[in-house]
Amino acid sequence: MADVKKIATRESYGNALASLGEKYDIVVLDADLSKSTKTDTFKKAFPERFINMGIAEQNMMSTAAGLASCGKVVFASSFAMFAAGRAFEQIRNSICYPNLNVKIGATHAGISVGEDGATHQCLEDIGIMRTIPNMVVINPADDVEARAAVEAAIKHDGPVYLRFGRLAVPVLYDEADYEFEIGKGVLLKEGTDVTIVATGLMVEMALNASEALKAEGINARVINIHTIKPIDREILVKAAKETGAIVTCEEHNIIGGLGSAVAEVVCEECPVPMERVGVKDVFGKSGVPADLFRDYGLTAEDIVKAVKKVIAKK
Amino acid sequence: MNNTQLELISYKIRKHAIDGVHAAKSGHPGGSLSIADILSVLYFDEMNVYPDDSKNPDRDRFVLSKGHCAPALYGTLAEKGFIPCEDITTLRKADSYLQGHPDMKHIPGVDMSTGSLGQGICAANGMALAAKLDNKDYRVYTILGDGECEEGQVWEAAMFASHYKLDNLVAFLDFNGLQIDGDITKVMNPTPFDKKFESFGWNVITIDGHNYDEIKSALKKAKECKGKPTLILAKTVKGKGVSYMENQASWHGSAPNDEQYEVAIKELNAKIEDLEARA
Repeated sequence: MADVKKIATRESYGNALASLGEKYDIVVLDADLSKSTKTDTFKKAFPERFINMGIAEQNMMSTAAGLASCGKVVFASSFAMFAAGRAFEQIRNSICYPNLNVKIGATHAGISVGEDGATHQCLEDIGIMRTIPNMVVINPADDVEARAAVEAAIKHDGPVYLRFGRLAVPVLYDEADYEFEIGKGVLLKEGTDVTIVATGLMVEMALNASEALKAEGINARVINIHTIKPIDREILVKAAKETGAIVTCEEHNIIGGLGSAVAEVVCEECPVPMERVGVKDVFGKSGVPADLFRDYGLTAEDIVKAVKKVIAKK
Repeated sequence: MNNTQLELISYKIRKHAIDGVHAAKSGHPGGSLSIADILSVLYFDEMNVYPDDSKNPDRDRFVLSKGHCAPALYGTLAEKGFIPCEDITTLRKADSYLQGHPDMKHIPGVDMSTGSLGQGICAANGMALAAKLDNKDYRVYTILGDGECEEGQVWEAAMFASHYKLDNLVAFLDFNGLQIDGDITKVMNPTPFDKKFESFGWNVITIDGHNYDEIKSALKKAKECKGKPTLILAKTVKGKGVSYMENQASWHGSAPNDEQYEVAIKELNAKIEDLEARA
């Protein structure tokens, strides 16, 4: 993987906004974090359409609703903790209840935020955003997917929550033949013994785990669920039927996120043994991302362990 | 419209509000009655709104930030012709489109869904900002509650409107002095409103919220004020127009029973008759 290009999905977000800003009349709001969320790239290109809201996320979300009610397509950005967390009720009541065209660009999601520590490591956002009606929740795995997701969000009529990371991650897809569709899971690898369902930066870990498992004679299917809501029920049920065991992987609390969403579908349609790889309902801490993945059970090795555990339950 | 005509409409609005809340057996009469005069002037003298074209992109916008006073807004929309008067008594019923708090998706004439205090004024700011971005000259009006100003988000909005020089925004503050638990200065004193909004960079005009000359004059001054948003601090009487509701915190969120309703309607009808004779 030495020569694989790495780029943080927050960079992808910033770049996408700036390039799509030519084609689409979008307005971008930020809460004094544009240097980190990378909306400053859009700000430089289209200063008249960039509004700094200052450190006031609740105001940002309700103001975005007002702008959207007048026909604007609005991106409202901050760190996931403050966008989804602090302004949760504004997102729910000002944006989602009236189904307005506001896209939430939430960067610095998950434990990979690293050194800033627990208060800044949002491990709940997928969970809380997906419980709001009308909200679409997307967690892209790489640069190609992230940029496609931003454009798909613009074209989608209604609220979208886009989750991006601080950490540079490998480019997994070839832009030339990648097609993004909201709500459609991506089959990355066929397999018959187990399915590893991953989202966001855990997709890379899942692929690495599948390679390790192959060496041990375990044939793992790998699926990337970029859209946690609406989730691709078909691909999941097919995987449950055909492989009989599922391991989910997310940079999120195992309560409420991808694991829970997958369990909901699988339990209803085709119950199979499941294991959830993720943060086990604890707060994060400061550290470099690699150490945090190790300490919180988010490595490829942890996925391999979970696979073996779930296969034993088949 | 002359002041008597406007006042007549305000009492019709009051009657609709009481009709709605009584029929629903729940709702917020006190704060609905205190803003009826302001709503009458806004919808019948000040704002460019179009009942036959409720989503006209160049219309003036109104946001009821104190969304619980939807009964007054619906009464106003009924008088203006956005919704049929006979629908008022379906307020809050499961098979009705008239939600307990304003719903922009289903109620013609409602520009923003509100109800959670503090959010409406922010949305109003967003609409005013949209006008500036598009170089349009529609104006945006909102009504805040005095208790509502205890929400921190209101002050985020105040910072924002001033910072971005939203002189196309006019916020009325319904200063009736009472919230659910009583006198606002005793619950969590949000006053002095004028000094606070002025220090945030707003143009503040203090008026009697039931005096038509003062409401009109304040709106005119607001139009002339460039570079700053305007707060019209309207001293009002909670429950105005129904004798037993006036200045009573207990009528914030209770519906009159049948007996009480009859008394209220009798008083409002008498006032309406009097105004009709003079209009």
